[in-house]
Amino acid sequence: MNKVANTALCDVVFSLLVAALFLCFGVSRAHARAQAQTPATPSAQQSADKDKATKVDADKQKDDDKEDANPFAPEPAPALPPGMTGSDPNDPRATLAPGLSDAGEAAMGLKHLRLLKKPDAFQLGASGPDDPKVEKAISQLGIGNIASKIPKEMHLAIAQLGFANSDLAFQGSHLFQGNFYGMNIFDISDPANAKLLASMVCPGGQGDVSVYKNLMFMSVEMPNGRLDCGVQGFPPEAPPPADQEADKDKPKEKKEHIPAAQKERFRGVRIFDVSDIRNPKQVAAVQTCRGSHTHTLVLDPNDKDNVYIYVSGTSFVRQPEELPGCSGEKPDKDPNTALFRIDVIKVPLAAPQDAKIVSNPRIFIDPRTGAMNGLNNGGTHGKKGAEKPRDTDQCHDITVYSAIGLAAGACSGNGIILDVKDPVHPKRLDAVNDPNYSYWHSASFSNDGSKVVFTDEWGGGLGARCRANDPNKWGADAIFRLKDDKLSFASYYKMPAAQGDTENCVAHNGSLVPVPGRDIEVQAWYQGGVSVMDFTDPEHPFEIAYFDRGPIDPKMLVLGGDWSAYWYNGYIYASEIARGLDVFEFTPTKFLTQNEIDAAKTVHVSEENVQNQQKIVWPANLVVAKAYLDQLERSQALPAEQIASLRNAIQSAEGAHLNKSKVAKLETLAPALAKSASTATSLADSSRLRALAAILKHPSM
Amino acid sequence: MKPVVVQPGAPGKPTKTLPPSTKGTLPPLSQADVEFMQEMIMHHAQAVEMTALIASHTENKELRTLGARISRSQSDEIKFMQRWLAARGEPISMSSSSTGMAATHGMNMSNRSHGAAHLMPGMLTPEQMEALRKANATEFDRLFLTGMVQHHNGALTMVKNLFDTAGAGQDAELFNFATDVDTGQRAEIRIMEGMLEKKSPEETNEEKR
Repeated sequence: MNKVANTALCDVVFSLLVAALFLCFGVSRAHARAQAQTPATPSAQQSADKDKATKVDADKQKDDDKEDANPFAPEPAPALPPGMTGSDPNDPRATLAPGLSDAGEAAMGLKHLRLLKKPDAFQLGASGPDDPKVEKAISQLGIGNIASKIPKEMHLAIAQLGFANSDLAFQGSHLFQGNFYGMNIFDISDPANAKLLASMVCPGGQGDVSVYKNLMFMSVEMPNGRLDCGVQGFPPEAPPPADQEADKDKPKEKKEHIPAAQKERFRGVRIFDVSDIRNPKQVAAVQTCRGSHTHTLVLDPNDKDNVYIYVSGTSFVRQPEELPGCSGEKPDKDPNTALFRIDVIKVPLAAPQDAKIVSNPRIFIDPRTGAMNGLNNGGTHGKKGAEKPRDTDQCHDITVYSAIGLAAGACSGNGIILDVKDPVHPKRLDAVNDPNYSYWHSASFSNDGSKVVFTDEWGGGLGARCRANDPNKWGADAIFRLKDDKLSFASYYKMPAAQGDTENCVAHNGSLVPVPGRDIEVQAWYQGGVSVMDFTDPEHPFEIAYFDRGPIDPKMLVLGGDWSAYWYNGYIYASEIARGLDVFEFTPTKFLTQNEIDAAKTVHVSEENVQNQQKIVWPANLVVAKAYLDQLERSQALPAEQIASLRNAIQSAEGAHLNKSKVAKLETLAPALAKSASTATSLADSSRLRALAAILKHPSM
Repeated sequence: MKPVVVQPGAPGKPTKTLPPSTKGTLPPLSQADVEFMQEMIMHHAQAVEMTALIASHTENKELRTLGARISRSQSDEIKFMQRWLAARGEPISMSSSSTGMAATHGMNMSNRSHGAAHLMPGMLTPEQMEALRKANATEFDRLFLTGMVQHHNGALTMVKNLFDTAGAGQDAELFNFATDVDTGQRAEIRIMEGMLEKKSPEETNEEKR
């Protein structure tokens, strides 16, 4: 009750503030206009406005209280739709203390090792926390009376999307963290003491990043992107001359616009040479019509001289005056429209400066009619009957799994499967949609390629969508089985803990965790934190570990949280939009044993670009064997005595450094396992038994 | 080794080392950005006003669901735009005095904006709004759908105008928002066009009955 009263008071205060705001700004502008137009006297104008204000206020006081409410106050969640269930308000993550740098934390199965704060070069400097402009804005938010209790650094966080951290890529001991303002490169040779090496200033959003050998790739989509990485953007249009001011009231569509074409503007994919890690050099900048929201590095197993980049553009199509050939028309008006396609860039490794677009695959084409807008989101599962059409004209992100020749595209209204054996000419094999899905955002394959996890970025990541009353089928992962190139829906997974109404939260980027014998994904949920999910049984996914912080602020939604959370060579790295870079490691729980963690750590890769998915191969060693044993014990696929004798044999073989007699002993245990494999009740267990038998036949340490 | 701050040059050009004390700077905010937000608030407000008529004017379930979603997303977006403006110390209202006052005071202003010359692209004229208020059942459905398609197309024009204006749309939040408006309204237009196409033959049948 107390809270309600406070909120109402706030609303009234804010209404007054808004009114005052209007009187200050609105009238001073009216004043200026009146002078330009001459007839009306400023004072008459002002009193007329005041009269109107009083009248309107009196007429609509109640509505206005509601409608003019503090725009920063969070929106209460509407009731759950019938038949839907929401997130768990009793989870320890639901009620964590707020704070930018001192928020409450909750974790299960994950140990937080380090938070590296966002570097100064990527913090708004022009108006520091003491800048009067910041204070002024804060006082106008209707939170003036509580503003003094909000830490000053928070005031700055409000308008910080221009410096938001984004996606991650890895190479050797280096981590690349994209940012709307450029890139930060870290030394992670000692993950618990990760260090910043270089901040590369080069704005243009969102800074999606990939790395291959000496080349680093970066996505740029915003109009402030410049070829020369300048931070100045482009100057605003000059205000119209005074004699045109009188025409200002005519409808806007008739207004003549000065073409905004800028030769220095860059929207597309930048290519850097990072041979000197502290001094990246831009070697190419490939312009595209819609810029690059995300991109995917694609390797052709049959072509070692080139790499390819799939460009997913979701933004506006620029004018042909700026980039010849660009058209944003509908396909029936212009067959060369930049909509309804992806762009493929070919990068010659010996001459990356010659990188260029080599194809624009129309992957949404209807194969029967040839229409390039052949896809819509008419539901194929869950609901019967025809859904409303909604043309899919873009992909948000594409994950390529070259080892199986396939890619999974998350393409606004659809999830699609592509054949990418010829990387320049991907062909669509299947497409699905989902009545509960709002925006198909990203995808990952299970290691054996039999499942695909799609994500739905309902609300674009800017909204609070994990409240107790938000349906747990919305803004969730959708797990599909993939068989004979066809997708079939299995289940949804949503991070189970309810989040506050000031925490932006929805499914976002994740990667596989290489635990043998299981399908595990670690995933970022913005301010919902990091959640690790087991989807070995695609119909019954469940959470096995998590980390979460409280909201950045309790009174208003300040954009933050984890953009990406990826496993890389034994550790989990999370890119926190507002706070920085987090490093975690697993700790054993009943859901994940130390042996399983150790087995995951046996997998080493030299490079990791998550959307260019690599096949995980485990060494045939006893660490991995022990992980399988733990899993067989958990699922009760073998009798306890057999598990105990297998463990003893493995332990004594390890103790004897795999001498001949111990190895021979291990080998004798293998046939029984192979036999059990054929009678195991689950596919997962029979695979584990077979894999364990194979290791025991030829073990290593 | 201390971290370095560097800034690459254009392709093929050398990379500069910046002082370690370098702080971030944002591209200039343009007046077009502020006006876009102020005008879009007005524009969205009319959509909310239109959807408010649905409950009393039609029983069409599909339209009711669509209306609920449009109303919800446009109200949310109005709030977002107010927030964006307030956080930058800009007035939430239009600078034009005749419409500005109404815009400040909520969403129900376009019925008071009779005679106001300043209509955003695609906004229904007072005459069109009056016709919509007077219509019922299938005629209301038709007028609502054609009106909302017209209205949404106006939003696309506004986004296009924004990005066609030199120096506009460089603020990251505004960029993301305008991009969402464009994709979201484009999708809703397709839905409404589909409903209109489906409607035409049935409508005549229903009227005969």
